[in-house]
Amino acid sequence: MITTMLYSLTGLILFGMGFYTLIIHSHPLRKILAVNVMATGVFLILVATAYIPVGQGDIDPVPHAMVLTGIVVSVSVTALALIFACKVQENSNLDLLRKRNHRKPMKERGL
Amino acid sequence: MFPSDTAVWIVFPVILPLVAGLLCFLFKRGTFGIALAAAIGNFFVVCFLIYQMLVYGPMRCYIGGWHPPLGISLRIDGPALLMLLMTAATGLAVTLYARGYFLFRISDPLRARRHKRQQYYFWPLWMLLLTGLNGLFLSADIFNLYVTLELIAVSAAPLAALSGKPASLRASYRYLLISLIGSLTYLLGVVFLYRSCGVLDLALLQNLAGDGLGISTALVLLTVGLMLKTALVPLHFWLPPAHANALAPVSVILSALVVKASFYLLFRFWFEIFAPIISPSSLNFMGTLGALAIFWGAIQAMRQQRLKLMVAYSTVSQLGYLFVAFPLSMFVDGGQVWSIVVFIALTHACAKSAMFMVAGNVYLHLGHDRIKSLKGVRSSQPITVFAYGIAGVSLMGLPPSGAFIAKWMLLSASFASLQYWWAVVIAGGSLLAMIYVFRVMSHFFVIPEGESSKKNVSLSPLLEWPPLILALISLFLGLISPWVLKIVLYKDSGLLAQIFQGGLP
Amino acid sequence: MKKKWNNHIRGRNPFQLLFLFLLFMLTVILAVIFCNIPEKSSVLEAGIVSMQNQSGVNSPVTAVLLNFRGYDTLLEVMVLLIAVIGVWSLTKATSFGNTADISPVQLGVVHLLTPVMCLVAAYLVWQGSHLAGGAFQGGAILGAAGVLLLVSEIPWTHAVPALVLRIGLVFGPLIFTGIALYCLWARGGLLDYPTGSAGWLILLIETTCALSIGLTLALLFAGGRPDENGSEGDIQ
Repeated sequence: MITTMLYSLTGLILFGMGFYTLIIHSHPLRKILAVNVMATGVFLILVATAYIPVGQGDIDPVPHAMVLTGIVVSVSVTALALIFACKVQENSNLDLLRKRNHRKPMKERGL
Repeated sequence: MFPSDTAVWIVFPVILPLVAGLLCFLFKRGTFGIALAAAIGNFFVVCFLIYQMLVYGPMRCYIGGWHPPLGISLRIDGPALLMLLMTAATGLAVTLYARGYFLFRISDPLRARRHKRQQYYFWPLWMLLLTGLNGLFLSADIFNLYVTLELIAVSAAPLAALSGKPASLRASYRYLLISLIGSLTYLLGVVFLYRSCGVLDLALLQNLAGDGLGISTALVLLTVGLMLKTALVPLHFWLPPAHANALAPVSVILSALVVKASFYLLFRFWFEIFAPIISPSSLNFMGTLGALAIFWGAIQAMRQQRLKLMVAYSTVSQLGYLFVAFPLSMFVDGGQVWSIVVFIALTHACAKSAMFMVAGNVYLHLGHDRIKSLKGVRSSQPITVFAYGIAGVSLMGLPPSGAFIAKWMLLSASFASLQYWWAVVIAGGSLLAMIYVFRVMSHFFVIPEGESSKKNVSLSPLLEWPPLILALISLFLGLISPWVLKIVLYKDSGLLAQIFQGGLP
Repeated sequence: MKKKWNNHIRGRNPFQLLFLFLLFMLTVILAVIFCNIPEKSSVLEAGIVSMQNQSGVNSPVTAVLLNFRGYDTLLEVMVLLIAVIGVWSLTKATSFGNTADISPVQLGVVHLLTPVMCLVAAYLVWQGSHLAGGAFQGGAILGAAGVLLLVSEIPWTHAVPALVLRIGLVFGPLIFTGIALYCLWARGGLLDYPTGSAGWLILLIETTCALSIGLTLALLFAGGRPDENGSEGDIQ
């Protein structure tokens, strides 16, 4: 019982910490890692729900399956979000370059 | 036991687009044929399922033969089937429109390669999004709903970013993050619910979910997660840029279908599983947010300079009507609250799709969508402007559109309960909708000075007819309302069929 | 001279502190509510133990994942595929470097490790039927092997044609869907495995999905669509 409470509280704290970082910090990588931490917190609570002390019966496998599914989904979404962040960063750099180039006349830009 | 026909066909709305999505990714040629076949097949399967339900009543199907609480069950009843029908019909129209859109873009040799690539990735993403949507409407298991929500989010974000513009990349990146937060909050709610009840099946949860702090917290978490995904004010900030900067077919899909899916879930949770613990103050809170959405969305729509942004803000506003139905549900009969929601959802899906398709046509023809410069469109694209007009009429809620039926029911409920402020909100929303719809319409009719009006620009029929047909459907939805009401009232437990003769209660 | 190592920590303005405080209170409230939820004996456990022998596998987690709730797993495999499609639609794969730049130690280790990793992955997939393991675990190891190969700029990884990649990605989900449809046709229910064949059907699904998942993870690391020289004109 104590074990379940301990892990669940840790999971909730992780969820809160991740949420705070997601809202406050502006760096894209930080935000994506914060989402990962939030997801890990939720999975921790789920796994804690499945805990049964040794010798008191079989484990409850449904939360385990839920966590496995959740981890796979979290991995794919993290990958997608990272590529998005790279692309957004690339485009904003291109925007900066374009704005800087606008000051030069066209033939100096190589056009 | 149910007739084996239905148990077999009930999974097809999920399996058909899934296989089509896989094949569309695998092959490079002929992807449109595969997608069109899946969309048409999906439509016919849904019609067949509606027929089966009218004959045999609402049904459940246990996947793998395992009964809950062991396995996952799918469920068809009135509202689920109507949402499936909405998805199938709009999906078919979008499939045809998207083909016309991409063909038009590819015919321009300047950027043909980029548009060919966009088209190549559009089909598998759209088919898999359709899988997720159908899976969501059919599912009766709370964790399966989480997986379908993620399926929808992961396919909607790259679709929104397909156009490659920097603005759309930023908007769809934000959309992805917001979707993620929504899903995680939803999952936390599922965890609380599982810990309190020990089951994941919706029907069992309905029996087991009594009072308790854990249940209420689960409801709050689920609601917040789904509110983020449905873009209810004040959590709506991600919607206008994401929908406006996407390609036209993608805007249609996002506005008409994706936001409805999470709203449908929210409504189902509030009025089925958690019905015993809903308090009037919470219903009023949701209604207040809906009223805010109506006014805020409409005011912002009136201020926009670009057509697509205006239509996106109009979506924010129309979604508010769906939430105004929450507090008024206490004063209508049990089945009617579903009818209100279904009518608004169906009408809005068809009308908003038509509007976004019109915006796409205008953009293809003129190269921009600034409202002030939309001159001469009426003479060059009469069918498109006609479709816009009819869609606008539906959005405003004039008879005989389906929105009129829904607003009538809302108004009578608010008068019956002496809560006149909801009536003011609804009427005010319609008035504001009229303003922003007609503002654009007036620009359409302006003849450019000094130029001879362009002759009919022949856009392909694939581009012109889907918006018109969808707009006409939304307009005449009110005329077929008795049949719609009959279907809606087939709820899960037995037949509550009350057939209205005149279409109005 | 004082070294400023904490320059990146900005000062917190009052709104952020208020938000932090509110979030802290919210977490505390959630924790208190969570601790007070009465213990409910899991209704599902009893069913799983009794149905275990019918599920074809010995591990309860695999039974739940691929038999009782196999529909969830089917959709989840699709989510992985959609992630790859989305990444491919966004950007091209990062251009590769030169094998000559990689240190010989790394190359040697990769040559030793990759076969071992494939073996471990196969073993994990096999033992999923009676211990912890299965498609995702094996697929993760295979994905790690793929990442190792990509990082070490092994030449043949860049020459794989796009068609082969697409077939590999779609292969696992197609087999899974095919088996599901076969069960639909043979037994009238999706993923309703015929009695007696549940075990080897699940193993088949797990093996093919492990291969696809490994390829998916490696391709997600590659970060974009492959170069399609000369085939651009074929895209309709």
